[in-house]
Amino acid sequence: MSDQVYVPKSKFGKWFNDRLPLLTLASHLTDYPTPKNLNYWWTFGGILTFCLITQIVTGLTLAMHYIAHADLAFESVEHIMRDVNYGWLIRYIHANGASMFFLAVYIHIFRSLFYGSYKSPREIIWIIGIIIYLLMMASAFMGYVLPWGQMSFWGATVITNLFSAIPLVGEGIVNWLWGGYSVDNPTLTRFFTLHYLLPFLILGLVVLHIWALHIPGNNNPIGIDVKKPSKDTVPFHPYIVIKDVFALLMFIIVFAFFVFYSPNILGHADNYIEANPMVTPTHIVPEWYLLPFYAILRSVPDKLMGVVAMLSAILILAALPWLDTSKIRSAVFRPLYKQFYWILVVDVLILGYVGAMPAEGLYLLIARVATAYYFIHFLIILPILGFKEKTIPLPLSITDPVLGGFPNTKIVKKKESLD
Amino acid sequence: MKNFLKISYLIVLLLTGTYPANSAEKVELLKTDWSFKSLFGKFDRGSLQRGYQVYTEICASCHSMKYVSYRNLAEPGGPEFTEEQVQAIAGNFEVTDGPNGDGEMFIRPAKLSDKFVMPFENVKAAQAANGGAYPPDMSVLAKARSGGVDYIYSVLLGYEDPPSGVILDDGVYYNKYMYGNNIKMAKPLSDDLIKYSDGTVASEEQMAKDVTTFLMWAAEPHLEARHKMGFKAILYLIILTILVYYSMKKIWSRIEPEV
Repeated sequence: MSDQVYVPKSKFGKWFNDRLPLLTLASHLTDYPTPKNLNYWWTFGGILTFCLITQIVTGLTLAMHYIAHADLAFESVEHIMRDVNYGWLIRYIHANGASMFFLAVYIHIFRSLFYGSYKSPREIIWIIGIIIYLLMMASAFMGYVLPWGQMSFWGATVITNLFSAIPLVGEGIVNWLWGGYSVDNPTLTRFFTLHYLLPFLILGLVVLHIWALHIPGNNNPIGIDVKKPSKDTVPFHPYIVIKDVFALLMFIIVFAFFVFYSPNILGHADNYIEANPMVTPTHIVPEWYLLPFYAILRSVPDKLMGVVAMLSAILILAALPWLDTSKIRSAVFRPLYKQFYWILVVDVLILGYVGAMPAEGLYLLIARVATAYYFIHFLIILPILGFKEKTIPLPLSITDPVLGGFPNTKIVKKKESLD
Repeated sequence: MKNFLKISYLIVLLLTGTYPANSAEKVELLKTDWSFKSLFGKFDRGSLQRGYQVYTEICASCHSMKYVSYRNLAEPGGPEFTEEQVQAIAGNFEVTDGPNGDGEMFIRPAKLSDKFVMPFENVKAAQAANGGAYPPDMSVLAKARSGGVDYIYSVLLGYEDPPSGVILDDGVYYNKYMYGNNIKMAKPLSDDLIKYSDGTVASEEQMAKDVTTFLMWAAEPHLEARHKMGFKAILYLIILTILVYYSMKKIWSRIEPEV
């Protein structure tokens, strides 16, 4: 937060700003002091905002042509692909946009894990982020149901059936979700409604996410608090804006490559077969971005415990600021954590891989080991590591290579007053 | 920049690494060179027109193509028949329209705006006429099978005698590439089954390739427009990215020599 109070130059500007301080907000956003050592992993916040807006804009356009009805949905999607002007482009952007959104969000999350961005004082930003991620998964799942292809239908059947694992009321809940005794037209219409609603909730949470970010300011690759504004920071505009735009353009090139040259490679061929309740596909697999959790779900032999494990795998992240006991944020200064971090990355990739494979034989064994390790990482390794690990001394500031800094300025101040 | 290479590498790794592959019994599909596969890929116009001939003379007796309209046959990026040709094609089919002023349904010749007339009234009728198996609608078939055009091409050419020990039911045929190897469609193509109007020799491979090309177009009628626009869009993005890169360098040089 900039320290100076912003005063508009024009008389009208001042009159308006006194009543609604939009100009103060704009000034805050442009001047926002940002650590100058942010690397490209920090550009994914902006990229994600772009993804969300792209999904909302293309989604609104698709909704003008799509018909949410079990008998007409598949046909209306073909209508969009064939007869709507540039309908193919809008739909392919929307469909691949979901994958790009998740790709970016995973990079964003793993950046946070590496640099300890979830630690004090940024716990609320992190928890809002986890809620956004959960809503993203719900939106993506329901969006995938809308074309009413085979994978839509059977994916919806499998996922909604998970709720039947709840003791006593499970069956009732599933019927309530379906609006009947199987996935059918009432399920489709409510999924469409919710798929329309959730992105706007996400948008609202994104505003909170950014608001919460602007209170303590950005973390940075060194993970020490910076004085703001100071020679360690740059104003958000133009320095960070131009860097974000550059990174965004690189991202859009990859995005465009998928949209124009392999728009269906991330989807499943079966979803071009109209939903048929009488024919079950040989392998029912979710979209790639849900595969690690699918692997965790299937690795537990008991249905209820499988669901619990899958949900815990996500919710455990919300407790991360307290599970990680180390005061040092950035993995750069935590040699042991750095190694465990990369093991976790590999572990999640393995989970994603076995999630796409049939749950049998060696795949099942690998899935179980990887699932166990996932929980061990968060529940055992991280809490212990904070006490046992010998960390590398921190520098005093971003610009000064002088060592002896602390992750928290409060401690520094205390130390200064002691001296 | 170095970080970006790393990011791009990670993207490729993530997307290829987690792509669901079917582990079960992989049979190497037959390969042929498709004109529409590369970045600048376009359909072979002659192949599309011949493919339509194969479809209409052989496949269409059982397989519907309910999302494709006759007018599509004359549109750019497709077989590009002339409008007169397509009008003549449509005129061969009859559709039920109505009700008219007297409240009666009536039968009229198909128009350009009509969808391809289906060989059977409904799925049940199609099943009844085909030994219980529904001949799948061909509108998006090329996208609805993993392996895509290669798979369809392979199945068309994959009929052979069953290996010893495999006993097939009546009306079931052995196909090397079909999932599960059992197929209820009799071998559809054989040399010189039809006579191409452009004089091309109608070999089995030629027909399979032509009709598969036609199916790809039917599934993805805007493929050529997509490839063309993609090239322009990505070229534009690359130029813009370079310009933004130098702007960024310049802006950051005010405070630091290196970004």
